[in-house]
Amino acid sequence: MTALTGSGTDKADTAVLTEAVRLVGVSKHFAKDQGAPVLDGIDLTVAAGEFVCLLGASGCGKSTLLNLIAGLDQASSGQVSVPAGRAALMFQESALFPWLSAGRNIELALRLAGVPRAERRPETDRLLELVRLDGAYNKRVHELSGGMRQRVALARALAQKAQVLLMDEPFAALDAITRDVLHEELTSLWQKTGVAIVFVTHNVREAVRLGQRVILLSSRPGRIVREWQVAIDQPRRIEDQPVADLAREITDQLHREISRHGK
Amino acid sequence: MASDTDVELSTLGAGLDALEIQSPQGKARWRKVVGSVLPPVIGLLSLLLLWDLVVAAQLKPGYLLPGPGDVWDELTQDWTPDLIGQAIWGSIRRAAIGYGSSIVIGTLLGLALGQSKLLRKTYGPLLSGLQSLPSVAWVPVMIIWFGITPSTIYAVVLLGAVPSIAIGLMDGLDRVPPIYLSVGRNLGARGLDSIRFVLLPAALPGYVSGLKQGWAFSWRSLMAAELIAISPALGPGIGQVLDLASNTLNMKLAFGIIIVILLIGVGINLIFFAPLERRLLRTRGLTRS
Repeated sequence: MTALTGSGTDKADTAVLTEAVRLVGVSKHFAKDQGAPVLDGIDLTVAAGEFVCLLGASGCGKSTLLNLIAGLDQASSGQVSVPAGRAALMFQESALFPWLSAGRNIELALRLAGVPRAERRPETDRLLELVRLDGAYNKRVHELSGGMRQRVALARALAQKAQVLLMDEPFAALDAITRDVLHEELTSLWQKTGVAIVFVTHNVREAVRLGQRVILLSSRPGRIVREWQVAIDQPRRIEDQPVADLAREITDQLHREISRHGK
Repeated sequence: MASDTDVELSTLGAGLDALEIQSPQGKARWRKVVGSVLPPVIGLLSLLLLWDLVVAAQLKPGYLLPGPGDVWDELTQDWTPDLIGQAIWGSIRRAAIGYGSSIVIGTLLGLALGQSKLLRKTYGPLLSGLQSLPSVAWVPVMIIWFGITPSTIYAVVLLGAVPSIAIGLMDGLDRVPPIYLSVGRNLGARGLDSIRFVLLPAALPGYVSGLKQGWAFSWRSLMAAELIAISPALGPGIGQVLDLASNTLNMKLAFGIIIVILLIGVGINLIFFAPLERRLLRTRGLTRS
């Protein structure tokens, strides 16, 4: 509940808990390639309730980094800790279970998070309403559009009661209009729930549109190149001039990073 | 300016949803039923007609090639319904026991092989080989081991059905997209929970097709075993009646029994497996409409 209601007492809780994610000197090699490590010496701290965007070209180990934080993979060296407890992970494809209805997908997450049976249905309805899908409980996954699926997946991730939400290019497969709408919804959900978000993308404007902080990763080896504080007030729009200006600056740096590989 | 765009975006979202939800445009129920029932009925009738024409052409004497009407008369004669009824009951009972045990054994085997790479490498090829071996080949061996007893028949049914069921489940488990397992782990499903809530439902389509094939094989094996291993001690069975028909040169009865065997095999498929498969595919969005 704490992650979702955002009432006064919850704010106090999150204030005590200042760090949501902490990575110290994290490196990752995959056994098969002896070449450059996928991740090399990553130091990263995400504050409670912070919205951080990780940006990089392909091969920069963005997804690997999320898997490490989510505990789906182990770092080769360095320390990964999630002081906030569990981290919920959301993928590029919705990865909803097709044998369950939209509502049942969320209920399963609640059940596995230890929510008592009697509370699951009302909580599911509340989460569906939160992503503007009230009434979609019985919808089958294939009956939903791509954007709706990602909203159900978002509701499912929120059902995990985690203080950290990891998002791996969740909107990459969506059309631009749907993406704009989901940016808006994600921003407002983030503000409502106070959950910390680590958002991976290769879309610079998206990163600037959403994040409080944008972190640029290099590819092979994946290292933190630079980070930017995004001092633009929400609500932002992807077309806003300040967003475009900062995006241009970051894109230039990204292009320089990518060009290094061609030499 | 900013607050204006807020309103626009939320109504925009509702508009997008409305555009993207496809309205169900299914055909009327009765049309669906007619569409799925009519073609096989027409197929059956045309086959009966062809049969009748061949018989009418008198290519073979009537006692060797009886017509559909003769077969029907034979099956509905005063003494046959009782004999055939008992035989059907006896065979179905055996099929149920044999197939039921095959499900238990095949499922355990499939789970074990699906979970352990080593086990699969060691016994997988053997299982595939066993699947392609007609289980009737075991009848002589089993008769020598167990005599003409129910054990012989059940052993043959098991050898026919277990490999299909185990392989179906193993394939189903193999094809579970890794992302579902990652999601399951992230949601906190460990151990048994992971098997129950993620692995098994994800593997269900493969499992069901294995079960379906397993049924076909067990029914086939049962008929073959009953036809070969014949003894009054075994009690009535369809294969036994077919053997009787053959020994007494009663071709009408033989044709009748063949049709009965066919109908039971197809009927079980239509009653159990077809709806189950249809439902699986429909809920997962793997079929049109």
